Amino acid sequence: MESTFLQWLAEPGLTHYLMVSAILFSLGLLAVISRKNVIMVLMGVELILNSANLNFIAFSRFTELALDGQMIALFVIIIAAAEAAVALAIVLNIYNRFKTINLNEISLMKG
Amino acid sequence: MPGKPANDKPTYDEANRLMELSAILFYAFTVLTVGSAAYMVFSKNIVHAAFALIFSLSGVAALYVLLYADFVAATQILVYVGGILILILFGIMLTTLDFTENLKTVTVNMLPASLLSGAVAVLLLYVFFAAEWTTIVPADRDGTMYDLGMMLMNEYLLPFQIAGVLLLVAIIGALLMSTRHKNEP
Amino acid sequence: MLIQLSLIILLAPMLGFLVLIFAGKKLPRNGDWFATGLITLSFALSLYLLITKLTLHHGEAITGTMTWVVLGNAAEAGSLTVPFGIMIDNLAAVMLVVVTLISMLVHFFSVGYMHGDVRYSRYYAYLGLFSFSMLGIVLTDNLLMMYIFWELVGISSYLLIGHWYEKKSASNAANKAFIVNRIGDAGMFIGIMILFASFSTFAFGAIFDTVAAGNLPFNSTAWLTAAGVLIFCGAVGKSAQFPLHVWLPDAMEGPTPISALIHAATMVAAGVYLVARVFPILTADALLIIAYIGAITALIAATIAITQFDIKKVLAYSTISQLGYMIMGLGVGAYTAGFMHLVTHASFKAGLFLGAGSVIYAMHNALHKKNDHHTDAQDIRNMGGLKSRMPVTYWTFLIFTLAISGIPLTSGFLSKDEILAGTLAFGTLSGHWLLPIIGFAVAGLTAFYMFRLLILTFHGKHAGTTSLDDVVESPKVMTIPLMVLGALSLFVFYSFNPFGASSGWFFAAIERPASVVPALMQPATSAVFHDAVSSMHTLAMVLSILIAAAGVLFALAVYQWNKVSADRMASSLGFMYRGSLNKWYFDEMYGSVFVNGTIGITKILRWFDENIVDGAVNGAATVTSRISVVSRWFDNTVVDGLVNLSARLTEMTGTLLGKIQTGKVQTYFIYIVFSFIVLFFLFI
Repeated sequence: MESTFLQWLAEPGLTHYLMVSAILFSLGLLAVISRKNVIMVLMGVELILNSANLNFIAFSRFTELALDGQMIALFVIIIAAAEAAVALAIVLNIYNRFKTINLNEISLMKG
Repeated sequence: MPGKPANDKPTYDEANRLMELSAILFYAFTVLTVGSAAYMVFSKNIVHAAFALIFSLSGVAALYVLLYADFVAATQILVYVGGILILILFGIMLTTLDFTENLKTVTVNMLPASLLSGAVAVLLLYVFFAAEWTTIVPADRDGTMYDLGMMLMNEYLLPFQIAGVLLLVAIIGALLMSTRHKNEP
Repeated sequence: MLIQLSLIILLAPMLGFLVLIFAGKKLPRNGDWFATGLITLSFALSLYLLITKLTLHHGEAITGTMTWVVLGNAAEAGSLTVPFGIMIDNLAAVMLVVVTLISMLVHFFSVGYMHGDVRYSRYYAYLGLFSFSMLGIVLTDNLLMMYIFWELVGISSYLLIGHWYEKKSASNAANKAFIVNRIGDAGMFIGIMILFASFSTFAFGAIFDTVAAGNLPFNSTAWLTAAGVLIFCGAVGKSAQFPLHVWLPDAMEGPTPISALIHAATMVAAGVYLVARVFPILTADALLIIAYIGAITALIAATIAITQFDIKKVLAYSTISQLGYMIMGLGVGAYTAGFMHLVTHASFKAGLFLGAGSVIYAMHNALHKKNDHHTDAQDIRNMGGLKSRMPVTYWTFLIFTLAISGIPLTSGFLSKDEILAGTLAFGTLSGHWLLPIIGFAVAGLTAFYMFRLLILTFHGKHAGTTSLDDVVESPKVMTIPLMVLGALSLFVFYSFNPFGASSGWFFAAIERPASVVPALMQPATSAVFHDAVSSMHTLAMVLSILIAAAGVLFALAVYQWNKVSADRMASSLGFMYRGSLNKWYFDEMYGSVFVNGTIGITKILRWFDENIVDGAVNGAATVTSRISVVSRWFDNTVVDGLVNLSARLTEMTGTLLGKIQTGKVQTYFIYIVFSFIVLFFLFI
């Protein structure tokens, strides 16, 4: 058991990468939920996107998906770039309107 | 289990050593990635957080290399480190320049946030660990650039074009939104 | 060629109507020259048409038809169409000339008579409309078009009677004429529809052919008789026959030239023309009814005319009486004589009315000079002795009076003589001797009342408030038409033999059409009837001359020489006199029977409405209001309660759920992740 676990540790496979991706995802989620600053939230979103990408590429390496996984990862990067540009433009607009970028202070839709 | 092509089959030691090297690299980059990400999340200083994100993303790129995805890794560094993070830094500077005393961000909902994140982490780790993945023995390969290029121009042509249009729209939209305040009274 | 000519004749007055009604007041002289010119054109063309027809196309009828409306295919009858057709036979050609001639003369006369009238151009416009409609009746070849023109004639008559509508009596008279005519027209329409329902055609020719082929409406001669009598109802209305004669005397409220044109010479003759048109399908029964209606009309009207004092009323009743003659003539089978009386009567009756118009015009001017606006310019008791002041009017009036009285050498003698001979012949053939007796009696009465009128108006001493010096002869534009009509009332225009018309061109041109009804129901055929007339002719002539002379002499004795006192005669005749003076109480009778009857029925219905219907309605209302009280309580407590309850529930829920809406994005994100985890556990 002991040696099996060490051997498992010594041979990084699909599961290892998936676990890294899971930890990255959780950290990104934490950032998105708990940080006040919009830009921090955006950075958390980037982290989540990267964890997803890591999953894709890991699957493309270790399963029959082959290069399709990488291709999807490429498109995710493209979309992330577009998202970042638009999101930052929105942030600038929010800043112009509310003179703050703290999400807890922006609650016009309070019921 | 990573291995070598059949024509020059390595000896067990050779293979073992290579494996150990890749394992060491994997763990090193994993620590870099996860550590930087954690620093980013828990950092009080947003500029520090941004730089931590750079390191984290670079670590992810290194992991891509370990997964034989050289083109994606290059793209990751180009787009994220060269593009998106610069954009984020600009955003930080444009929005918080006047309020240097507010540079330290404060968190909200810390208790539900950590509980939920922990739950999600446990859940994902459990699922990934417990699932029986039908894996194959990964083959060593040289470069992916040629094959990716062929795919991009064949079966992925339409998504490729749409992605181009999407980027164009995003650029125009971002320009429009960030310049509109000039027209406001 | 002749068809196009007839279309011009037909449409020229219509053009006059359209131009004058819209632009009349803008034209110089209000456009009277325009209307008069058009009608003169129509007359000239009609005359040409008549001569051409009689010389070149004597026996044949000229027809032209175009389809006007297609009603679609009927299951049994095939395609149904409403044609607009023109048929010119000798009857129509003669009638064309009569209508356009009288109309033209009236146009000329009106230039003087209506001078300075407030609605001068409108008057001429309506004259044009009337001429158009009348010519339409004459020219058409089917019953439907005839009905349409028939109604057009009715409406133009209505408009012209009511020309001075500021006078209450004029507008009342117009209404009366229109309504009374409606009654007859309704019958006529039903008659037309009986024929159409069984034969699917309106055309005269087609109907005659179908009946001749042995087809009867609903396979029954009774229906054919009914159709004939019902169509005759239209003639009863228009030609003012008993019992619908009451409108014509009142129609004298219109301008006198209108009385001459419409209510003496042409429109009222349309009924006679209609009977002549449908003559072939009239059964013996129908003809007998027609003959008796005519005889009764002639007698009643003549007896009324004796006692009237209004110059136009006397002429109106004499018109009714003469129309009765014509109808009686047609009814007994003296087709040509009846129609000839129409033609001769048209000229001398128009002349009488125009002469009366001339007298009234002169009297009116004389009264106006005296600033007397109360004395009636039409009452013959205010006249007398006008002979010396109005010579042209007097001499022409004398000719017309001789003509209508049936004195030899006049046109009236020719036609009346033939009618009387016809009634005598009918008496010998069928045994209905009452008809000739009435005929001769009416001839005597006619001579009497016409000479009474002539003597009281023109002879003797001038009575009334005006001085004779103020009375002057009418202008030339009025006297020339009188002279023309006077000339036309002489015998030479109809027959070169002053004692018998049957050798003249008129009898040659207008022949009695052969009856097409089944042999059992046919009246006596032309040949048989003609023989009977020939044998009776001399007797009829002698009798009629004697009776007319007796009438004239009696009138002279009473009114000229004062041998017999009119008052004493009146008082000795007592109730007869009062009956005649009051027009045999027809108006009063109709008033009490129909008008009061209608009012009585209305009262009963009103009582019914107020008590039964309103009671039911009110009861329903009460019940409804009771129900509504209950329903209101239910609404207020139960329904509203439910509604309010649901509203309050909604509000509470909203308040509760509103708490969740913090407005903060991250809170929502927490909900999402939490829900995701819950769902994950639910599904895995």
